[in-house]
Amino acid sequence: MTAIPPAAPLTPRAVLTLRGIRKAYPGVVALDGVDLELRAGEVHVLLGENGAGKSTLMKIISGAVACDAGEVLLDGVPIEIRGPRHAQAVGLGIIYQEFNLIPHLTAGENIFLGREPRLLAGVIDQRALLRAAQKILDELGVAIDARSVVSRLSVAQQQMVEVAKALSLNARVLIMDEPTSALTEQEIRELFATIARLKARGVALVYISHRMEELFAIGDRVTVLRDGRHVGTRLIGETTMSELVRLMVGRDLKDQFPKQAAPVGDEALRVAGLRRNGVLHDINFTLRRGEVVGLAGLMGSGRTELARAVFGADPIDGGRIFVGGHERQIGSPRAAIGLGLGFLTEDRKHQGLVLGLSVQENTCLPSVGAFSRFGVMQVAHESAATAARIAELRIKTPGPHQRVVTLSGGNQQKVVLGKWLTTAAGVFIFDEPTRGIDVGAKVEIYQLINQLAARGAAILMISSELPEILGMSDRILVMHAGRIAGEFTAAEATQEKLLAAALGRAGLHAA
Amino acid sequence: MKPREFLAHSGRQFGTLVGLFALCAVLWALTPHFLTVSNLLNVAQQTSINAVIAVGLTFVIISGGIDLSVGSLVAFSGVVTASLLQRAVPVPLALLAGLVTGLACGLVNGLLITYGRLPPFIATLGLMSVARGGALLYTDGRPVSGFDEEFRWLATGEVLRVPVPVVIMIVVYVIAHFVLRRTPFGRYLFAIGGNEEAALLSGVRVRLHKTVVYGVCGLLSALAAVMLTARLNSAQPIAGINYELDAIAATVIGGTSLLGGQGSVVGTLIGALIMGVLRNGLNLLGVSSFIQQVVIGAVIILAVLLDTAFKRPKR
Repeated sequence: MTAIPPAAPLTPRAVLTLRGIRKAYPGVVALDGVDLELRAGEVHVLLGENGAGKSTLMKIISGAVACDAGEVLLDGVPIEIRGPRHAQAVGLGIIYQEFNLIPHLTAGENIFLGREPRLLAGVIDQRALLRAAQKILDELGVAIDARSVVSRLSVAQQQMVEVAKALSLNARVLIMDEPTSALTEQEIRELFATIARLKARGVALVYISHRMEELFAIGDRVTVLRDGRHVGTRLIGETTMSELVRLMVGRDLKDQFPKQAAPVGDEALRVAGLRRNGVLHDINFTLRRGEVVGLAGLMGSGRTELARAVFGADPIDGGRIFVGGHERQIGSPRAAIGLGLGFLTEDRKHQGLVLGLSVQENTCLPSVGAFSRFGVMQVAHESAATAARIAELRIKTPGPHQRVVTLSGGNQQKVVLGKWLTTAAGVFIFDEPTRGIDVGAKVEIYQLINQLAARGAAILMISSELPEILGMSDRILVMHAGRIAGEFTAAEATQEKLLAAALGRAGLHAA
Repeated sequence: MKPREFLAHSGRQFGTLVGLFALCAVLWALTPHFLTVSNLLNVAQQTSINAVIAVGLTFVIISGGIDLSVGSLVAFSGVVTASLLQRAVPVPLALLAGLVTGLACGLVNGLLITYGRLPPFIATLGLMSVARGGALLYTDGRPVSGFDEEFRWLATGEVLRVPVPVVIMIVVYVIAHFVLRRTPFGRYLFAIGGNEEAALLSGVRVRLHKTVVYGVCGLLSALAAVMLTARLNSAQPIAGINYELDAIAATVIGGTSLLGGQGSVVGTLIGALIMGVLRNGLNLLGVSSFIQQVVIGAVIILAVLLDTAFKRPKR
């Protein structure tokens, strides 16, 4: 290792400089005097817990939000970003976690949407459009046909179309918000290769991710925000994960995975020969009270499909499900809830929450029937349950009647958890319980999982993050191509063994 | 609830209410006769039918759907009730039959949407035509007219000096508000309209509740049909044309989002009253019915424009 900083050392030229940025919303100061400097050809990682102000800062750069105070310099010249279109025009691009592509148009049409090359009389010059789009995609080094319809592309490919779109606008600053959250390992490697090419072209990249390992793999510098303030900027090579976590949280997190083993009791859930044609094949497993069972596997291996089938959300073609030792027919989520099952879905915005309803309405949604007498809701019961959840989960909200759409990701996830705590479920299926939330909130959720297990609940935890699976599980199941491809005790499992099983390269009980 | 939360929840209705009062003030200034007890009761009475239909539509729209068939259901349930009355069927029985007709048609809508997986727009568009045709076939295209005083009481009677249609309207709104705010069914409508998948995964019987909400909408259309038949002393197979649009207008002016997941019947009542007051006031001023249409259309657009302007988050 040499002492040369990896960020294009010969030209540490600031492309974009933010100074003393302040933004207040009614009741909250989202940003308070934040500085940020982005240099050509660097990957600048932005770290912070949910609610630290990362999103607001990015929205200011991309023109979606105007700042109250502070100055923005582009190439050293003060500039006022007047809106998203203006930001694009001056070369500030952003790729949101949820893409802004039109699904039924082609990749090329999406790249040039609103800026299509024209022939006479305003007719779109389809050939010129395709040629230009293909050129950008090729330069990016991705194998995507500009004529392919976006909805048929994989998530990773759609992301590349977004990148191509930004480049077609001559983006000099490109913000990527959680770009790897929906990608497979292989796709992540390809993304990193693309990022390297963008760096070589002198693009300044802002990289936001909650996956700490990634930051060390591709970052050059890192800036940490906490509670709307800038708490530090470091060269990646000169910092450590524990220092960054300390900066983010403002305290030492003793243990990233505070696993506490609970006494294992009777069988809570048993699945025998479960089958869903073309999706799930001969699934067998048992969950016991007090046990946390991790379910690993690559995207598309059938983990979520298994959870949905057990929960009655998708029909099954065969197999038996036993809850508390009794065979049960689970034909609907309602039936599953009635039997004491709870399902925290991986996609909280589309499946977990009704965003327009309040914290209280969401928390009580599965329990509305139980909270009613003679068909009338007992408001006092609802308020009491919600107050209890807000306190025990430490949900940061102005009040129980706040609409959940206004809460940060971590707090939204806590509301989803609160739903299932309110139903007094005994078997929990958690699908990616910590996706897209910050380190502090993650630890809180791990502690909650411990508490649930200690109270005698059985937990199936689906996760794409192997460290999380290894750190929190008593036992680990690995799925591959719709089957359980491996089962490991916490003691024998390693990242390599899990990955081998997930790739279908290991037999049962490999060890 | 703290004042700020109250405003966040009810601010929209409050704004609509201010609009209603402003409108009344203007009309009072232009024509003193507007603000007399008899005229205001008259307005309430004229509003009652649209207001009752709009409750059902508000429920449907909150659940994320739409019902275009309400106007035709008014005609169909109306002629069913009327023909039974003419065959000397006892009034309560004829009323029940009319209401059951509306309920059944509404449930058909619901089943087509939930089990038939048709978009609500298509299913109810179809039933709109079927029910209209059914009413014309059933009556051979002729109105069914002339009823006993006992039945006519529904339009001409008074309870504590308040006209019966106004009493019906108030009762319907009190019940509807309670159902929406205090029963699981009401809560589920918001949840389904806001995020159907999340509601399903929370154990809400989405198909059941969606089917029922169209049934309720049909039932309220039938109630409106009875009120209309009693008022006109006649049931017409061509009655209720464009009633769905009036009801949608009242709902939208009242702040219910066509996207589903939010809304209130209180807002809808104010919306219906705004439309009623406007029609009445313009009549008093001798404004032609052609111009009235233009004005009402403009008010709908203005209401939603203001709504959007206030809701748009600041940059």
